[in-house]
Amino acid sequence: MSLVYAGVLSHAPGITGRADLVKNTAKRDEFYAKLDIQRQEIEASGAEALIVIAAEHFANFFMSNMPAYCIGIGSEYEGPIEDPEWLRIPKTKVPGAADLGTRLTREVMKTVDVAYAEEWKFDHGIMVPLHFLTPKYDLPIIPVNINCQGPPLTPLHRAWAFGEALRRACDSVPEKIAVVGTGGISHWPATPDSGKINEPWDREFLDRLMRNDREALLGYDDMQTYRDAGQGGFEIRTFIAIAAAAGGQGELQFYTAELPIFAVGCTVARFSLDKAA
Amino acid sequence: MSLYYLQKFLYQLNREESAQKKYRADLEQLLEEYDLTDEESNALREGDIGLLYVLGVNGQILMHYAAFLGIEWFDYLDLMREGIAKHGPVRAGVYAMTGGGESFTEEGKKQ
Repeated sequence: MSLVYAGVLSHAPGITGRADLVKNTAKRDEFYAKLDIQRQEIEASGAEALIVIAAEHFANFFMSNMPAYCIGIGSEYEGPIEDPEWLRIPKTKVPGAADLGTRLTREVMKTVDVAYAEEWKFDHGIMVPLHFLTPKYDLPIIPVNINCQGPPLTPLHRAWAFGEALRRACDSVPEKIAVVGTGGISHWPATPDSGKINEPWDREFLDRLMRNDREALLGYDDMQTYRDAGQGGFEIRTFIAIAAAAGGQGELQFYTAELPIFAVGCTVARFSLDKAA
Repeated sequence: MSLYYLQKFLYQLNREESAQKKYRADLEQLLEEYDLTDEESNALREGDIGLLYVLGVNGQILMHYAAFLGIEWFDYLDLMREGIAKHGPVRAGVYAMTGGGESFTEEGKKQ
């Protein structure tokens, strides 16, 4: 078994960009401390590469040619595309894992059609997680995107199938690999409603996610999600893919709706890998 | 299809430094490369966040553009609200304002 770690975390740009505006600094710092524990867990796993399943925001993919799924097979990436002052993350180069990414892609393709990309510019969706999880940018990254922005979107059961395929791919290679999924649960980012969070909806989703209850997770409907969890709720696809890849139950390490300035319910969780996909 | 090109203009501006250089050097020439209505071109000339939001530009694209323009966070949220007050509800896409325009955060602009 070469998948050595699976977890999820939030990626909203406010987490770094608006850190100084936060009034509830105790809760903010508790969140940052949990993210640092996640960093330590990934480091302790001995991971040689980190797959980041993200939901990007038009840094690379547009409606001219929008893949439902894409895996990065480049040797180096760059980011953030955003104004570094706005995101409070300097522009930097990030090492890729070209050969490993290619082998994983080849394996995933046996069951799920995916696009691949040698060029990839990271936006906040990947840069914010990396800022906390590999702050020296010295761990090779394999970016993965699930289109959660430009409908039509991939159905949830396909996100599950993709997660399972990724697990099989990881288990087919000798390298130790960590994987994190990054997205929001309920949120209305980049609208005047930024900061709105449906905490009961989030907690219900997280309960299903931590139980790794496939049927319950795939029971969401995009129309209902849009109504109850906002357009940001479409990003549950990344969390669902992680649950499928992990196979085991989750452990919620942190959740709060008390940092609306970050425009998302801030989440950190890890999964057991006991049960192979 | 025009909203498509409006968003494409901003998508490419947001991600490509070469487009940002063109934007600063000769915006009119850059605008010529896209099939835009007069209303859309004018919104881009003026950096009219409120109108671009109402026209249906994806919120993520618009957020990155506002950051590129150096607009402060709370001003950016207010500009979208002002756009709705002036031009009516968002006309396309999934980034409509679903609340009443109130703020969901206790924090506000630094004085």
